[in-house]
This record gives sequence, C-alpha cells and structure tokens, in this order.
Amino acid sequence: MNQRITEGRRISVQGIVQGVGFRPFVYTQATNLNLTGWIRNISSGVEMEINGSADGVASFLRALQFSLPPLARIDRLTVQECQPNHYTQFEILPSQSQPGDYIPVSPDMSICSDCTAELFDPANRRYRYPFINCTNCGPRFTIIQDIPYDRPKTTMAGFPMCPDCHAEYANPLDRRFHAQPVACPVCGPQIWFEDQQYHHLSNQEEALQTTRDWIRAGKIIAIKGLGGFHLTCDASNDAAVRELRSRKKRSQKPFALMAFSLEIIQKYARVQPEEASLLTSPQKPVVLLQKHTGAPISSEIAPGQNTLGFMLPYTPLHLLLLEPQPGFPEVLVMTSGNLSEEPIAHTDEDAHRRLHQLADGFLLHNREIHTRVDDSVVRLNQGEVYPIRRARGYAPDPVILNQSLPEVLATGAELKNTFCLTRDQYAFVSHHIGDMENYETYQAFQSSVEHYQTLFRVQPKMIAADLHPNYLATRYAQERAEREGLPLISVQHHHAHLAACLADNQQPAEKTVIGVIFDGTGYGTDDAIWGGEFLVGSIRSFIRPYHLVYTPLPGGDLSVRKPARMALAHLWQAGIDWMPELPACQALCYEERTLLRSQLEHHINTPQTSSMGRLFDAVSALIGVQQTASYEGQAAIELEALASQDQPRRVYSFSIEDGQINPAPLLRDIIADWSNGVPLPVLSARFHHAIASMTLEVCQRLRKSTGLNAVVLSGGVWQNMLLLESTTTGLKESGFEVFTHRQVPANDGGIALGQAVIAAANYNSI
Amino acid sequence: MGHGSGGKMTQDLIKNVFYPYFNSTPLSEGNDFARAALPESANLKGRLSISTDCHSVSPIQFPGGDIGKLAVCGTVNDMCMSGALPLYLTAGFILEEGFPIATLQQIVASMAAAAQEAGVAIVAGDTKVVEHGKADGVYITTSGIGWIPESRTIGGQYAQPGDVVIISGSIGDHGMAVLTARGDLGFEADIQSDVAPLNLMIANLLQAAPNTHVLRDPTRGGLATTLNEIVQQSGVGMILNETEIPVRPVVRTACEMLGFDPLYVANEGKLIAILPAAEAQAGLQAIQDSPYGDQAAIIGEVVAQPLKRVLLRTEMGTTRILDTLAGEMLPRIC
Ligand SMILES: [Fe+3]
Ligand SMILES: [Mg+2]
Ligand SMILES: [Zn+2]
Ligand SMILES: [Zn+2]
Repeated sequence: MNQRITEGRRISVQGIVQGVGFRPFVYTQATNLNLTGWIRNISSGVEMEINGSADGVASFLRALQFSLPPLARIDRLTVQECQPNHYTQFEILPSQSQPGDYIPVSPDMSICSDCTAELFDPANRRYRYPFINCTNCGPRFTIIQDIPYDRPKTTMAGFPMCPDCHAEYANPLDRRFHAQPVACPVCGPQIWFEDQQYHHLSNQEEALQTTRDWIRAGKIIAIKGLGGFHLTCDASNDAAVRELRSRKKRSQKPFALMAFSLEIIQKYARVQPEEASLLTSPQKPVVLLQKHTGAPISSEIAPGQNTLGFMLPYTPLHLLLLEPQPGFPEVLVMTSGNLSEEPIAHTDEDAHRRLHQLADGFLLHNREIHTRVDDSVVRLNQGEVYPIRRARGYAPDPVILNQSLPEVLATGAELKNTFCLTRDQYAFVSHHIGDMENYETYQAFQSSVEHYQTLFRVQPKMIAADLHPNYLATRYAQERAEREGLPLISVQHHHAHLAACLADNQQPAEKTVIGVIFDGTGYGTDDAIWGGEFLVGSIRSFIRPYHLVYTPLPGGDLSVRKPARMALAHLWQAGIDWMPELPACQALCYEERTLLRSQLEHHINTPQTSSMGRLFDAVSALIGVQQTASYEGQAAIELEALASQDQPRRVYSFSIEDGQINPAPLLRDIIADWSNGVPLPVLSARFHHAIASMTLEVCQRLRKSTGLNAVVLSGGVWQNMLLLESTTTGLKESGFEVFTHRQVPANDGGIALGQAVIAAANYNSI
Repeated sequence: MGHGSGGKMTQDLIKNVFYPYFNSTPLSEGNDFARAALPESANLKGRLSISTDCHSVSPIQFPGGDIGKLAVCGTVNDMCMSGALPLYLTAGFILEEGFPIATLQQIVASMAAAAQEAGVAIVAGDTKVVEHGKADGVYITTSGIGWIPESRTIGGQYAQPGDVVIISGSIGDHGMAVLTARGDLGFEADIQSDVAPLNLMIANLLQAAPNTHVLRDPTRGGLATTLNEIVQQSGVGMILNETEIPVRPVVRTACEMLGFDPLYVANEGKLIAILPAAEAQAGLQAIQDSPYGDQAAIIGEVVAQPLKRVLLRTEMGTTRILDTLAGEMLPRIC
C-alpha cells in the first residue's frame, strides 16, 4: 500500500455533528488511516482538512458515509480537493462560531448500552449513578440554553468537572470526549427525596429506595425526569391508579406505562417485531400496543380501550427506579406531572406549586430542565412509525424538505399545538406544546418560539396562522405580524393538514393530489366548521370537490363533549325520528331533548359542520358505545376498540350527490341493524368499512375527473388504525399511490408544518 | 356577519369605518361615552357626558323588559360610566309599516318608566316609518347628556395594578333571557333580563369609593369581552377567580344546555367597577346596598403582567386565557 501523502481534501459537514461524538470518530478514523490535518466545530457544523495517501483518503470518505456514531446524522457533505499542507499530525482545533450560522440540535436520547452496562457494574466509578451519559446518549435539547452546544450554555454549567471526568472529556479517544453533560457522583447532579411538606427524607441511593418503598405502598410520587415531572404509581394497584385519576382530574384518558424490559411488556401486550424496535429505539417513545386480554393491570389504566401505551426506561434514573425485585411492581404508571390539561411541570418551584396536592412524595434532582418536553407517543402503521405526539427523542430534529424555503414562522393549531420554523431545507417542527387556552401552555409556546429562533438562528420574514379567528395561536400571529410589520397568511385548517402530509413525504410544492382530510373540526373558508373533506390540490392551493353534508353542531364544543347530542343532530338533519329506545335518546333526559330540538329548529348556537370526527362520535353514541367524551376522540376511539376484526360481508352506504356526501342512508341502516340486535362489534366494523369504501368511491370519481392518482390521508380521524388500514388497502388495491404521515402526526400536531410550507410556497406572491 | 356581537370584529369596524370620519379627542379615548369640555365662557364646573346607542332586539318584548326599557337604560348606563349625573335623553324611532300601535304604546310607556327611575328627561325625538319588510318591527336610537362633576376622572384607561374588580351581580341574564324567549325553549324558571338603570348604584358607589378608576357595563360580548377592552385601554393585565363570579343557576343551566359561556353573554343592568384595594370593601358595600346590587362580588384583581391579557383561575385550579371573541362563539376542539 502506498502510504505517501499525495492527497489533500477540505471537507465541510452539516447535520447533527456536534455533541454526538463526531470529532472523536473522525480523529480515530484519521489516526488509524495515517491521515494528518485538523477538524473543528463551526456554528454551521464541522469543517476539516485531511492529508494522506489516495487509499487513506478514500477509506476515510467511505467511513464518513457508512460508519457514523449512532446519534450523528449528515445532511450535507462538501468535499474539495486541495494541496497537501505538510501537517505533522491530526488535531482537534478549538471551536469557531460565526453569528447567523446554526446547526441542528440533537434531541434527548435514551441511555446507551455502554452506559447501561457501566450503570450496573459495581466496579465502575459511576455504578448506580443516575446521571451517567456519554456522547452517544443522554440529555441534549432539554438542557441547551444556546448554541454552539458547549457546557457553559447548558444547565450543566453549574457543575464543574472533577479531574477524572475532565480527563475523559478531553481525551479524543474516550466515549465521553466533549460529552457536555458528562458527570459522576463526585462532581455531577444528585437526587433526593422529599415528602409533601418538603421535608428532605433521603439522598442518593436511599432516595431511590424511599421512592420504591412508597410506590410499593401504593403512594403517588412526582419524579423529576428528563423533560419534566412524571406522576408515578403502581399500575397494578387499582386504588392507587384511581386516586391518581381523581387528583389529576383526569377521569378516563389513558395513562402511559413504563416497564424495565421488553420481556415484561410482552406479558401485558402484543409486541410485533417492528414495535419492539420502536420501543428499544434511541428515542424510546410511548408505543401504543394491543393489550392482552386479562393482562394483570388495573382496568383504570385505559378504560374502554384495547391498547396500552408502554415505554422502556430512557434515563439511568428510570432504569434504577424500575429495576426488577420480588414484590416491587413490574409496571409503573408514568403520566405527565400536571393537573388535567396543564403543561407538564418542569422546574422544582413549578412542581412544588402545581404538584403539591397531586403527589405524596417527590424524587428530585438538581440538574435544571431548560425546556419542558413531553414523552412522545407513536404507533405502528404498515411496519413504520406513525407519530401521535411528537416530542422527546424526535424534536427538535427538523423535517427535511425537498427544497430550500424562506424563513417562516407557522403558529399551528389551538389544541395539541406545535409551531414550525423554516430555514434552508429544514422545517423545525416544535415539540408538542399543548392546549393554548391554558395560560401556562401559552407562555411555554411564546418562550419556545423564542428559544427555537435563537437555537436555529431563524428570523421570520413571514408568519402563517390558522384561519380560525379565535385560536390563540392565530391571535399571537396577528399581534406579532402587526408589531414586526411582517406579512401574515391565514391558512385553512384542512389545507394545512394536506400540505403537512405532502411535506412529511418530501413532496414538491407543485405535486397535486387528492386529499382525504378527515378531522374533528376546523374553520372553513365559508365560515362553516369543516372536517370531512375531499380536497384536490397541492401545497400551493386547493379546491373542495366533495364534503360530508352540513349538519348542525348544537352548542359547538358542547356537542363535542356530549356525542349523544351529535347523534340526535345527525338524525334531525337526516329527517330520522328520535326513537326513545335509541341509546343516544336514553342518554339525554326529556328536557334536554326538548331543548335540543328547539335549539336545532331555531338555529340557536348551531354552527354547520361537515366533520367526519363528529360522525364517528354520533355513531358511537347512537348505538350506545359512549355518550360523553372526557378526552378528545374518546367516543370514536371506543367505537374502534370494540370493532370486530373480521372483514364484514356487508357495509353501510352513503348517498353522494353534487359533491355532498350524505350519511342519511347509513344512519338508517345502522338503526335498522341495531333494532335487529346485530352485535355492536359487527355494527362498528360495518361502519368503519363503510367509511373506507365511501372514501374509495369518491377517490375513484376524482381520479376519473382529474386524472390524479395520488391520495393523501391526513387529519385526526386517521389515527383510527382500523379505518386507516382498511382505506389504505382498498386504495392500493385500486392502484392509488397513498401518502400517510411518517414524521409529524396526522392530528393537529402536524398543522404547523403544513402552514409553513403553504406560506413559503406563496411567499413570492405576497 | 359577526359585527354585532361585540367582539374583536366590532372593535375593528369602529376603528376602521367610524373613527376615520368621526375623529375627535373624546371619541378616540375609546369609552362608551364622550367627555366633552364646556365652553369656557359658560363658566360652569365639570364636563358633559354624551352618549348615543342604537337598539334592535328580537323579540321586542322579553321577560324583564322590552326594547324601550333597553333603549333608555342602555344610554343612561353608558353616560353614567363616566361618573356623570344623567340629565337629558333624545329618542329616534324607525318603525316598520304595520307595527302595532298598542305595542308601540307599551314600549313608550316602559321608556317613560325607565326614564323616571333614572331621573332623566326625554327632551327630543324623531320617528321614521319604513316599508313593511325593511325593518324588524322597531329600532330605537337614544342619545343622552349628563354632567360630570369637576373632580371625576373615570374611564377604561385608568385601571391600575393592585386595583380590585367588582361585578354588581349575576352575569348572562339579559342574553339568555332574550335567547330563551326567542326560541320559546320552555325553561321551568323563566330567565329575566337584568335591564335596569344604574345611576343610583353608581352615585352610591362614588360616594363610598371616590377614587374609583373604571366603571363599565358589560353589555354585548359579556364580562370577558368588556374586561379585555379595559386591559387593552389601560395597558394592564387581570386575574379573575371563576368561583367568585356570580351566575344564576338557571342561567348556568341554560348556558350549559345550549353551549354558551356565561362570561361572553350580554348583560344590560350590570356594572363593572375597578377601584383601589383600599376602597374595595366600602365600594362593594355601597353597591350591595343599592338597587340591583345585592349579588355584587369582588371577582378579581388588576395586575401588571401578563400585559393586556385577562386570565381566569378556574374552579379546577388551572389558569385559562379569556380572550376576546372575534365574531360568534365557534368550536375549538378539533
Ligand atoms: Fe385538525
Ligand atoms: Mg354606546
Ligand atoms: Zn452512553
Ligand atoms: Zn466527575
């Protein structure tokens, strides 16, 4: 092999290349290949120069492409030939930053296998230390205050490294080289336990054991974790779970669960191989799994559902907490530390103030959480990840677009809010923010927008917001656009869903598709409330050739919370009698029904809606599955949960005329079946497949009239997996190309991405 | 068209259509009354309070009142919100051809009764009759003039951090009375409109709490919208306690059953008073001792932050942003 130095290369790299062991990786490769030169971090990524033999340089470039460290990701690699410069060695040079440049910040990553091994190794100096981490794992986004990502700009700034940690930190060949949160029991953060009166009861290992003792005794403990506080209790203890529900004022919404290992999870739920890889992925999301019937878990965990949301421990603290031991519960509830719809508590002061009444004890630590981030929730769609709530582990990774965009801020929707900032070919979709009507959430929204602007050096030139005049995110956009003199673009909610799914699938702005947007509610361009829409369009524009027939939504959000009202409104619209024996009629007292009828007849507070989500609610109530919704989508979710898995022989029909899809025939069929004693699982299956087959029929009509063959499925209703699978299968069998979500949720958590790309596509025309 | 419901669209309409043409200092202060200087040569003390209001309501007669009582009380109350003693009213009528004279007489009689209670004289008027179908029965416009004693500076721009917020009684009565009367919804206990003149209550209040900063009647758009106007005008924030806000059970039930939020439902005989904490108890007592004020309560406080926002501490313990509604109440849950 010719070892003579004949070649020189100047290389610049963009992507996730800081704080993930990229420079040690390069250093090791270069040294092994006898290359000389240097590498340094700059604000926009990493740059380096290498000198060496032709073979050495070629092997180096191959390694850059194929053997990156686990958390690194290269978005752009530029290689230029240059003269060899007679360096004598390969060196890591100090960082250089230029104002205005930026690099993507890594999301927080779960503890790696090396660190896990050290955690449980009695000979290791970090044995049972709850904050062990390395460049391949640990906190990132939640502790960063600014870039470049260096320790003084994180919440680790207050923990000076001990000599041992510093030696690891400074050694390019060490797994902890420049791992900013590196720490050990000597120099790093510590845990302690407090009771409800803030009495300090124990420290370190003892604090852990106190926590476990209290959990075993059926108590509710607030635990400070990575992105915020969890409330935890024994998931098999009915009384504890019930107590947690009543304290949190969360009557039925499912609780997330955590278990030590995959093997334990498999005792409670079916885990398909792809689900196992999601559970064990570095993101460690909550994965919604099919619950085993008779699993030994409190029925209070997820009433009316056939799924359980499980995650594996993602920090050393969680591993220690869940460590199996006879008599200690295998599965713990790990729900966000908050009251009802408030955002998750994330500072100690916050926790004391807001969780005081909720928890019996507190397991605390002194590593500050700069940005609160909830657990992510995903499920599996055709072997791939299907996001439900995109937060820890995924945000703030950008969605990579297929073209460069101007700098745009999109403020998102009202509930499940996320926002989005674009720059170059990146769309920085924020982590889940929450319900904007809540003041604390709104504050988190404001400060997070500022934080993302700082981290990614984005100064918006344009703002996009929902068309709904009463969304607080829209009000924020209006106020800010006015104050800063920026153009503001109002985006129709379902067009945003359509665009979000296109951008999610890296489609260009010109790509025209059929958009089947089935959703709860969104403000339409005709002032009605849309939600069962067949759109034809692209990121640029859309038309609306078909939609569900308008039905009154008596009392607005009241009918969302009381699906029984929606059922009767649908019957009223369809001209069907309110037979008193129908479950939805039984659910409302005589006075309420009289008043409802009067409200419908006199059009008192009855906005018109074409919502598909509300049709699901109506059917759920109509046949007696669920009459009230204590959380979003409850009635529809319970209707899905009980559906028979067999393909029904017969499905219900719609009438479709002049672009109006009328469910009246379907409602009549359902009532007839119900009156004839057809079992609910069959009714539900027939209904689901009816929606799928109606969707196929309308798509076929649209293909005929437009020649389009690509279909986008977006909107919150597409979280219904039975409907999604049955529709996707039907469409694919008929030769359609089907786009579903992969990186952002089909629900309103994806709206901001859609708004941003729509605004950018219209940037030059404003 | 949501311009009539008193929310942000109404504010925009006023700002964009009327202000450019009717520009004057008293008008641009953004209150429901104008505070006009007297000619210097008149050698009188104090200022004039001038107000005008157009009234249309369906049905024209409703439990607790009718359009006539509404027309008098509306303008009297607007004038009084400057701390003025109401003096004179004028009234203009637009009548639809064929409107029953007997009904008109009832309306005029109730105007006279309300005027007498309020201590004002109706001193001028005009009537136009339009073709059948061109109007909805009868519309009444009233204008009023009152006298503001010299020392009083009261207005929506004067709320200060540390002040307390008082409401003079239960909210949402008028809006729900009219709505339920319109649909004949058959509530067991009829909901009565609260329409009433507030001049006496205000006179008593100002005697007990002379440093009152803001008086305002939460009419269209309800309590929430009116408080949002005040935080905008004064450049302050506000925190309310849901449990302290009086709502009659029958009104609450009606709201719950029809999907309304009582905080956004209109009132016609209620007073919001914002005054320094030092005068709060005396002020509250004075209102409670006045006609229509027995249910008065302190419902919140003025704060410096969050700027221009009204927050509600809910019964559940969460903090909700009470925003101005643009147009109608629309569903938010997706
Ligand atoms: Fe939506
Ligand atoms: Mg007026
Ligand atoms: Zn590690
Ligand atoms: Zn150390």
